[in-house]
This record gives sequence, structure tokens and C-alpha cells, in this order.
Amino acid sequence: MAQRAIREYDGKAIFSKHWEKYFSGFHYGFKSVLVTSGQELLDKAQEHGFEWLKQEALVAKPDMLFGKRGKNDLVLFKSSKPGDVTLEEAAAWIDAKMAVTTTLLTGQHGHLTHFIVEPFTPHSQEQEYYISATTVGEDDVLYMSAEGGMEVEEGWDEKVNEVTIPINMSDADMEHAVRAKVPSDISSSDKEAFTSFAIQFFRFYRDLNFAYLEINPIVMLENNNMAILDLVARLDDTAGFMMVDEWGEIEYPTAFGMEDQSPEEKAIAEADSKSGASLKLTILNPLGRIWTMVAGGGASVVYADTIADLTGDVSQLANYGEYSGGPTTGETKFYADTLIDLMTRTPDAEGRDKILIIGGAIANFTDVAKTFTGIIQSFEENIEKMREHNIQVYVRRGGPNYEKGLKDIKEAADRLGLYIEVYGPQTHVTDIVRMALEK
Amino acid sequence: MSKLFTKETQAIFWNNNKSAIQRMLDYDYTISRETPSVAAIVAPTSNNKFEKFFYGPDEVMISVYKSTAEAAQAFPNADVLLNFASFRTAYDVTMEAIEIKGQFKTIMVTAEGIPERLARKMNQTARDSGVTVIGPATVGGIAPGAFKIANVGGTITNIVNSKLHRAGSCGLVTRSGGLFNELSNIIAINADGIAEGVAIGGDRFVGSVFIDNLLRMEENPDVKYMLLLGEVGGTEEYKVIDAVKSGKIKKPIIAWCIGTIAKQFSSGVQFGHAGASANADAETAEAKNRAMAEVGIHVPESFNDLPATINEVYEELRAKGVITDIEEPELKIVPKVRRAKEFICTISDDRGDEATYAGFPISSVATPDTGKGIGDVISLLWFKKQYPKWASEFIETVLKTVADHGPAVSGAHNAKVTARAGKSVVESLVTGLLTIGPRFGGAIDGAAKYFKYADDNNLSPKEFLGYMKKEGVPIPGIGHRIKSLRNPDLRVEGLKKFAKGNFPSTPLLDYALTVEQLTTSKKDNLILNVDGTIGILMVDMWRALGYSESEIEDFIESGTLNAFFIVGRSIGFIGHVLDEKRLGMPMYRHPMDDILYNVEKAEEL
Repeated sequence: MAQRAIREYDGKAIFSKHWEKYFSGFHYGFKSVLVTSGQELLDKAQEHGFEWLKQEALVAKPDMLFGKRGKNDLVLFKSSKPGDVTLEEAAAWIDAKMAVTTTLLTGQHGHLTHFIVEPFTPHSQEQEYYISATTVGEDDVLYMSAEGGMEVEEGWDEKVNEVTIPINMSDADMEHAVRAKVPSDISSSDKEAFTSFAIQFFRFYRDLNFAYLEINPIVMLENNNMAILDLVARLDDTAGFMMVDEWGEIEYPTAFGMEDQSPEEKAIAEADSKSGASLKLTILNPLGRIWTMVAGGGASVVYADTIADLTGDVSQLANYGEYSGGPTTGETKFYADTLIDLMTRTPDAEGRDKILIIGGAIANFTDVAKTFTGIIQSFEENIEKMREHNIQVYVRRGGPNYEKGLKDIKEAADRLGLYIEVYGPQTHVTDIVRMALEK
Repeated sequence: MSKLFTKETQAIFWNNNKSAIQRMLDYDYTISRETPSVAAIVAPTSNNKFEKFFYGPDEVMISVYKSTAEAAQAFPNADVLLNFASFRTAYDVTMEAIEIKGQFKTIMVTAEGIPERLARKMNQTARDSGVTVIGPATVGGIAPGAFKIANVGGTITNIVNSKLHRAGSCGLVTRSGGLFNELSNIIAINADGIAEGVAIGGDRFVGSVFIDNLLRMEENPDVKYMLLLGEVGGTEEYKVIDAVKSGKIKKPIIAWCIGTIAKQFSSGVQFGHAGASANADAETAEAKNRAMAEVGIHVPESFNDLPATINEVYEELRAKGVITDIEEPELKIVPKVRRAKEFICTISDDRGDEATYAGFPISSVATPDTGKGIGDVISLLWFKKQYPKWASEFIETVLKTVADHGPAVSGAHNAKVTARAGKSVVESLVTGLLTIGPRFGGAIDGAAKYFKYADDNNLSPKEFLGYMKKEGVPIPGIGHRIKSLRNPDLRVEGLKKFAKGNFPSTPLLDYALTVEQLTTSKKDNLILNVDGTIGILMVDMWRALGYSESEIEDFIESGTLNAFFIVGRSIGFIGHVLDEKRLGMPMYRHPMDDILYNVEKAEEL
């Protein structure tokens, strides 16, 4: 993963932190709080510096990476008329939203947990603008429109001006290019200020290593006061090591509606984070009949592809994942234990045998015999369960020490009375999938 | 450039990755390369000058440098940089290498997860400078039978099994490094192996993309057909489709995009690399496979059918006579068990008929008729070079000048006292030698070091004196007990005269003489003494012989100047020891009235 979405609140916090440096001549209040309950909001209002929560009309909305919150009726900005929401009303609304399951228009559903609360900003439609930047192909592109809010999304092609900025373009050329493309329908009173803001916005996006940054709308108020009403941001997390101070504490939340990871997936992810090797596991269908334990990122994809191709769909494929980068015997055993545990929980609905594919391409430097020792130890420990579910094992692997690895696993399976077929580099990498399915 | 690498290609390896470098050298040996494919190693934090590796059953030394620039200067023909720096420094290493104009044609970057903006800058700057970047996030590439990058191909057994030891006829381009080996194997089994292969790397922004590599392979006469293994996500495959449509690529292409399964899952599951995620329908593996098939690219039904497709295309080209049978070359076998040598010798060799000094049989330098003197022998054994006449004569002049300075100096005195205690020649000699150091004889080193520093930094004589005062060190090589400008040291005069008459130039001596003008204006006996003159003229000699400043500094640091004094003065010490033996002098006891006794009773604490 390189590009990762962050909360609106965190995005605004980054703006605020660097405002003086990048947006000279403009003002930004950064009156925002992120809360996970109504009570937390009420408590926050008692803190020094957050008196505005009691004094101003408020806006509250979920801050959980999804957009179209207005259309989903998830923005609280009025109780009887716009701009009359009090602190207590906002807290009550948050608690009410958290108590129920929320289903978005897209069909994603889940529980709301994080909310951003801000002052209500009275303004006119004319003061709303649109600005965003991202990478397209090899270049950066800056998008600007004289119209903000939902309008811009409905007439994108006519309403938005694009500026393509190649990676090595000088600042002077960039400024010239932006200036030339500022939408002509921006009122003359705002034009110079908007141009200056757009140039600074692009520098900010670039220097702070955003992968995507959108303000819709940005509101230009009196006296060069700027209000960031809605913000979407993704960071290039590979730049994290350079941006420790610039970004501050950043959290990368899981997208709303994504089912939470199972304990097994979490355990593998944790083992992965502690290891120099790579251990990945995604459970696609816990009732699936075909389980894969594949070494290597590329190989894991072609095995998944081949299973889908040869079975016609993905209903039989239980998981996707990989172990690679020279895992230790212990790490490999843990991975195998986890898979065997998962695949022996429920019998196949149609009473068929279960298939375990221990696959992999020809390794560059992973010692095959060493990793297979971990798999053999797992077989020995779990043999009862494996027999009970008639697990058929198909092995294909190459690389350093593969002859010994293949011989060892074959001997162990025969000794344990486990059905196994074992192949080396002379057999096509995914051909064991075909063999397993044809049997 | 139709071929990425040839059998002459040499690389500079950034990072001392011993196992990867050893694999390259094993490969070199197996395919009988004449030069090792790794010319030099860059390791900024290493203090080693070289690293030993096996080359077949023997060992070779590969030079280690602290910077790419130094390595490049030493190996101007090494036009490949294998950048094995971490994701934190890989960008800087690449940019620095591009800056060295005219050096690198190809830079391979292995780090995964370089910040995207830096990766884009790096890739664009390389393109603008005509440098091919392979990666980031790749295992690299190979030109079988010519040059192999680092770990590509895995073990040497696998390399031979996958026919990566000699050129076949397929041009292979993949994104994945893990499947690169696998495809080489598939192509070896179903066809005749590959002619050139590149894994372009798994990150979102990589330097050379599919089309760059395929266009080069189109020009490479060894490549008869190409195999492209793409991936879900991105639109790079469409550039290949356009090139086929426009006729830019005429050779047959076999292609497959992995990740066809991704379409079955609406979101959330990341299949494969960071770059692998479809943002639009056209970026799905399925759409790309379909689009490629439509322009006549050979696309199998599934990945599992890829071997059959390869075999079909290969057999067809063979039937047409485009591909002919390959004569399998002879392979050298890398021994299974090898032992690293404990000692290294680079100056002399006693294994042949006659022992040699730096390649010269002893008899060719020993007798007078060879015209060689002890200065020539020193130049061979100490510096592994044949110095010109003026330099070896200068060395001899120095040895003769420092041979002795009477019995009263501390080294000679020690040697004499030891000889009188009944010890042997060697024991008495080393007692004298052990006295040589910073206060006795060491002025030669010090003079060379400080005068060179002052000259290198363009210090005026006045600034130099100020600098030495701040350091709290009297200037080494300046000052004599009794000699002065009016009563000059004739040894110094002799050395200066020889140098003026025989050295091509004497810049450091000239500088030292301006310093002497200033010091003698303060005090008459602050002249450039014999130690100073020797140290300074040695630097001038090495400069005139073409040594770099850093090489000369290494000589000074390692005590080479002291060594001249040690050799020369040994002659005198031995003379004093033999003198004692001859005289049969008794055990020496120092007269008590020559010692100031000042002993107080120790206090209790």
C-alpha cells in the first residue's frame, strides 16, 4: 500500500500546522474536533481553547473516509433552520447515529464511530470554490473550479479547469501554468486571491507528500479568511519516514463498511509486522473448499487466478495470501497451523474432500527445505483434524534446497497417512491446481 | 543501444551485499567472463579498501570505495550502477550517480517503497539524462551468457536448469521479480531460454516500463520473440498495444496479465504489488488481456496455458527458420566446497621457478649489470611500481642521508646499552628501532603531513604558523640545534640540490622554503631541517609520479615515511652494535651522580 486515506480532521490538522508557511496572506481558524461519542464532545467543550463549541452554531458529520455525506443525510447543520445546532443537540445526534447500523447509498454498511464537529460557517454559494490535486500518470494535476459543493461534480467537464504539472517543472513555470488556467468565471474581486491560494495549495500538496488532496468547497470569506468545509486527503505513506514532524500523529483508518479482520487475519498481520519476511492472509470465504499456502506475491496471484479460471468463479477459493522473503521455520509453522485450523472448522457442504495447495514459484533465496520443515511440523500436530476433513495436499515448489524440501514433505505425509502429490520446477507452477480439480 | 548488457559490461555495486555479489561472480565464472561483472563496491561506512570473493576455486579482490564518484573515477568503463541502498537513501544514490556525466547507462534500484514523489523525480531525471532505470522494487535483469544482476535467477543450479547461462531467443519482461525465475524456467522447458530479461519492478512508479524494454528488444537481433507478464492496474500494456498496431513492434509477443481474479471482488483485497490495483475497467487484467489478443498478441486462455502458447510460438519460429538450434556452451563448474584464504600477498610470489618482486625475478634486479639499485627494489616491494631513475635514486639518497647520526641520539644509545648487556645483534637493533617514533625520527611524517595540509589549503606562511600555534604543535621539520641560514646543514643542501636538478617540479619544497623565510626571520636556527626536507620531498616525488592526494595521504597515514627512516637508520644502529661487540665493552651502569634523586615518602590516603 502506498496511498492511504486519512481522516478529514487529520488533513485539516496538517493544513493548520503549516498554514503560516504556505498560505501567507490568508487566515484559517482550524476550529475542528474529532470525537467518538456525544459525551466526548461535551467534555471537549469544557477544555480551554474549545469554548467555541458552546458559543457557536455547530456542524457535525461522520469522519470515516466515505464521501457524499450530505446525500446520505449524515451532516447535521440544522435543527429547525440552518445554523442553529447547539452543542447538546450535536452530542445527542452523534449518540443517536452511533446506536444504529448505517447503510450508505452505495450499500456499504457498518457502525459510525468517528465524528468531526466544527462551527457553522454562514456564506453564500458565490463564495464557494473547488480545488484539488492528485497524480495522473507521471504528472501532477491541479483542478480548479469557480463552483464548489455538489454542483461541480455534476458538471465536471464544463466547470473544472485542469493544469498538468510535470514532476520536474520549475516553480516559476508552475505558477505561470496555474495562472493561465484559473477559471475565467471567478469573480474579479476574488480572482487574484484565488490564484495565489491555488499556487500555494499546490506547493502544500506537493511538499507535504499528499497523493490526493481535495477541498470541496473552499469558501473565501471576508478579509481573506478561508473556510475548509469539506476535505478529502490521501497520503503517500512511503514518505512517512521523511514527514514524521510534518504530518504529526497520523492514523490510517480502515474504510467504512469493511468487515473487521478476523482474529486469524489479525494474528498473521501481527506476525508479519514483527518479521523481516512477508506473511499475508485474507480470508475470502471461510466455507471454501480450496485453501492456498503460496510463497511469493506474484505466485499467490497466479494461483488465485488459476483457481478462479478453472472452477469458473471464486466460490470454492477460501483464502488469498502469501508467505515469502525467507520466513523462519517457526513463522512458516504458525502460518500453516492457522490455515489448517481454519480449513478444518466446517466440513464441505457437498461432502467433498478439501484441497490444500502448497504452491510457489522458483525461489530466489528462500531455503525451501527450511520452510517446509515448518509445514511438516504443523502436519504432525494437526494430523487428526486433517484426516477428519480428508485434506488432499498438492505441493509445487523450486529454489534453493528444493529437492530436500520436497522429499521431506512427501516422506512426512506418507508416514502420517496424508494424501499428497509433490512436484518440482519441471511441472508448470499452477498445474497442481488443474490436477487437484481433475481428481 | 539494442542490448542492455554485454559480456564486457561491468557494474558498480552500491552496498556491500556480499551474497548477491558472490552470486554474480559465480555466474561470471560459470560463463567464463574475462572480467568480473562487479568492478567496485561502494560502501560509505566501510573502512575496508577491498572485499574478497570467490571466483571459481580462487579468490579475487574487489575494491571498496566510500562514494560512487570515487568508484566511477577508478572504473570509468563501469556503466551500470546496482543501487542496493535502502528506500531511505536509494533516491539520493541514484541522483548522485546521474550527476556523474557520461558514466552510467543503466541504474538498477532494488529498494521497495521509495516515496512516490522522489521515485517520479528520479525516473524523470534519468529519462532526461538518457539513463535507463530498472526498478525500483525489482530483482533486476539478466542478459544470459553476458551479465546478471545480483540475485536474478536464484542459485547457480537453477540458473543452469533454466538455461540462464547462455542466450536463448526470448525477450522477457515482467513486473514481478518472483515470477521472473519461474518464467525463465517455463521458457527453458518449452522453448530455448531467454536472450534478455528485465523485471521492471513492483512499485507504482518505475523507471523503465514495458514498452521501453520491448522497443529495445525489438532492436536486439538476438531476441526473436517477446514475453510480457503484466499485472492488473495501470495502463502500460496499452502502450505496447499501440506499438504493435503502429508496426513499431513486429516481432511476435506473448503476453498475459495476472490478477484476473481481482474483478471478482468489489474492493478491499489487494492482489499483488503496490502498483496493482485497477482504477478503471480498462485497467483490469481481463480487459488488458482481451485488448492485447485483439491486436494479434499471443494471449493464452489462462496462466496455466502459458507454457503451451510459448511452445507454439517457439516451434512456429523454428519451422520458419527464424530460430535455429543453439549449441550448448561448455560450463565451468563452481566448486561446492571452497575455503577463504587467510592471508593475501600482492607484492611477491615464490611459487614459480624463481621468486619475484612484484613480477620481476630477483635475478633481474639484483646484480649490478641489471642497473637496478636498492631504490628500485623498494619501489617494487613497497609500492608495486617501477619508479623512474630519479625517484629510486632519491630514495637511495634518503637512505644514505639518514643512515646514522652518531652515538648520542637516543636510538643509537639504546642499541649500544643493550649490546653491552650481552644481547644479540637483532635484540640490540630492535631496542634502537623501538625508540623511533614521534620524537625520534617522526618529524619526517609530521613535516609531510602538516606542510601538505598547509599547501593543500592554500595557507600563507603566516596563516600556517598561526594554525600550528593553535594546534599547540611546534612545526615538525623546522629547527636545528646548531645549524642556521648562515651555517647551513649540508645534508639538506644536498637533498635540495638533487631535487632541483632531478625532480620534474618541487611545489611543496618551494612552499616550505617560503615558510622557512618567515621562521628564520624570527629566529636564526628555525631552518628547514633534514627530517623536514625528506618528508616534504617525498610528497613532491609522489606528486610527480602521479599519485592522487588521497593516495599520498594514505602513505603518510600508514607510516611509509617512517619506514624510510627505519631502513636507513638500521644501518647505523647495526654499526653501533657491531662496534660494541668489537670493543667488548662491559655492562653499562649509569653513574649515580648523573641522576637527581628526589623521592618523598608516599602519603597514606
